[in-house]
Amino acid sequence: MKLITAIIKPFKLDDVREALSEIGVQGITVTEVKGFGRQKGHTELYRGAEYVVDFLPKVKIELAIAEAMTDQVVEAISTSANTGKIGDGKIFIVNLEQAVRIRTGETGEDAV
Amino acid sequence: MQDQIFHLQYAMDTFYFLVCGALVMWMAAGFAMLEAGLVRSKNTTEILTKNVALYAISCIMYLVCGYAIMYGGDIFLSGIGLDGATDADALVSKVLTESAEAGFDGGSVYSNASDFFFQVVFVATAMSIVSGAVAERMKLWAFLLFAVVMTGLIYPLEGSWTWGGADVFGMFNLGEIGFSDFAGSGIVHMAGAAAALAGVLVLGARKGKYGPNGEVRAIPGANLPLATLGTFILWMGWFGFNGGSVLKLGDIASSNAVAVVFLNTNTAAAGGAIAAMILARILFGKADLTMLLNGALAGLVAITAGPDTPTALGATLIGAVGGLIVVLSILTLDKLKIDDPVGAISVHGTAGIWGLLAVPLTNDGATFYAQIIGALTIFVWVFFASLVTWLVIKAVIGVRVTEEEEYEGVDMSECGMEAYPEFSKS
Repeated sequence: MKLITAIIKPFKLDDVREALSEIGVQGITVTEVKGFGRQKGHTELYRGAEYVVDFLPKVKIELAIAEAMTDQVVEAISTSANTGKIGDGKIFIVNLEQAVRIRTGETGEDAV
Repeated sequence: MQDQIFHLQYAMDTFYFLVCGALVMWMAAGFAMLEAGLVRSKNTTEILTKNVALYAISCIMYLVCGYAIMYGGDIFLSGIGLDGATDADALVSKVLTESAEAGFDGGSVYSNASDFFFQVVFVATAMSIVSGAVAERMKLWAFLLFAVVMTGLIYPLEGSWTWGGADVFGMFNLGEIGFSDFAGSGIVHMAGAAAALAGVLVLGARKGKYGPNGEVRAIPGANLPLATLGTFILWMGWFGFNGGSVLKLGDIASSNAVAVVFLNTNTAAAGGAIAAMILARILFGKADLTMLLNGALAGLVAITAGPDTPTALGATLIGAVGGLIVVLSILTLDKLKIDDPVGAISVHGTAGIWGLLAVPLTNDGATFYAQIIGALTIFVWVFFASLVTWLVIKAVIGVRVTEEEEYEGVDMSECGMEAYPEFSKS
């Protein structure tokens, strides 16, 4: 099993959710987060004075999946979250040792 | 028959004064909302406290001695209820005599109590201007002490030289040299801005506003819907401010003048808003709402010195120039490290000077010479009298909260309560 964590632009969340549903992903967890990457935030003007927004709002998606689906999921997120502009985000993939469905006690790939 | 018409004319002119006074009173709400919107949320309770308290102090101080200094008469308004007459019947015959002397289309005859009510709300307006400029870092009680001096002495004395017709310390008379300020671009607005400028110079900038290498940092306001509401309230109140300053409604020429003043006041604000928005778009790349709000107010301030003489197009242009000036003035003050969170000094001071200088363009009775002498007289007196007052207050109780209190917000240090306790601070 794999745990996929994707940081995406907030306005792309609906597209990503739909793309994941289409390939059969059963559930995702979404968190509103803030951060910066190589772009290092951006500056705005207020009454002619600059102010730096250090941390930009992003959405973090987490999903646990069967190992066989990994490429499909990564492909779905990359395509649906892509704008081609700076700040599109990243996808992290880590091995997932175990998963448990609390209601039934199922474990492993049955539980994700 | 003639007496009955004079009764009605007195009633109409008095009523008009009172309604316009109530409109100007409502500008206090406009200032409160504008300022509450343009400061950070941690300073909201304190700025609202200041706005209500300064309004109340203005009313009391003008009653105690301000009106007497400005227009003569007794302190505590003694005798104002019957306008100096011995009883109600004597008042009626006195008014009828005055009305007959003035004639139906002559000078306005109205209740003295309504005159006080109309004048007192102007004092509060001048004082409200100071409140925004010194926001987010001044001690509450230092500000309120200043309000007592400003509304009880500094403004009334300056008002006595202009609308009151008195000599300036016995030296010269602004009315005689031809100084013209219809509703108070200089007398009210620039005076408030001069007091604010002195306060800001004594107080210093908010912590973090200016960087060590001269960079100007933005401190965005917490609530732009409130700031917008405040601007619209001021815009509406201004119809009373300028419209009421015609002083009379009860004959054809006067009521037409009132209509022209309303029209010009409104169109000047629109011109100021549009000009400021376009200039901000050119300079900053985006439409800066706060500049748009300041632009509308600058248009209003600019037309206030002479809303009766320009054509509608002329008034629009006077307002538009005010809108351009205010944006440039705000940027310039920031370069000079004069920190004015709401732009009050630029809106009321810089645009106020422009308003005074614009009067001779459309009013043959005014001259640039007289306008400059008048502007200088008001500015020098209000600025230096305020500076001395601020310095005395600084020496006695201090004017600025501690650095830690400023960081935590003056809501907690001065008022002990937050404006939005259910939201965490950002």
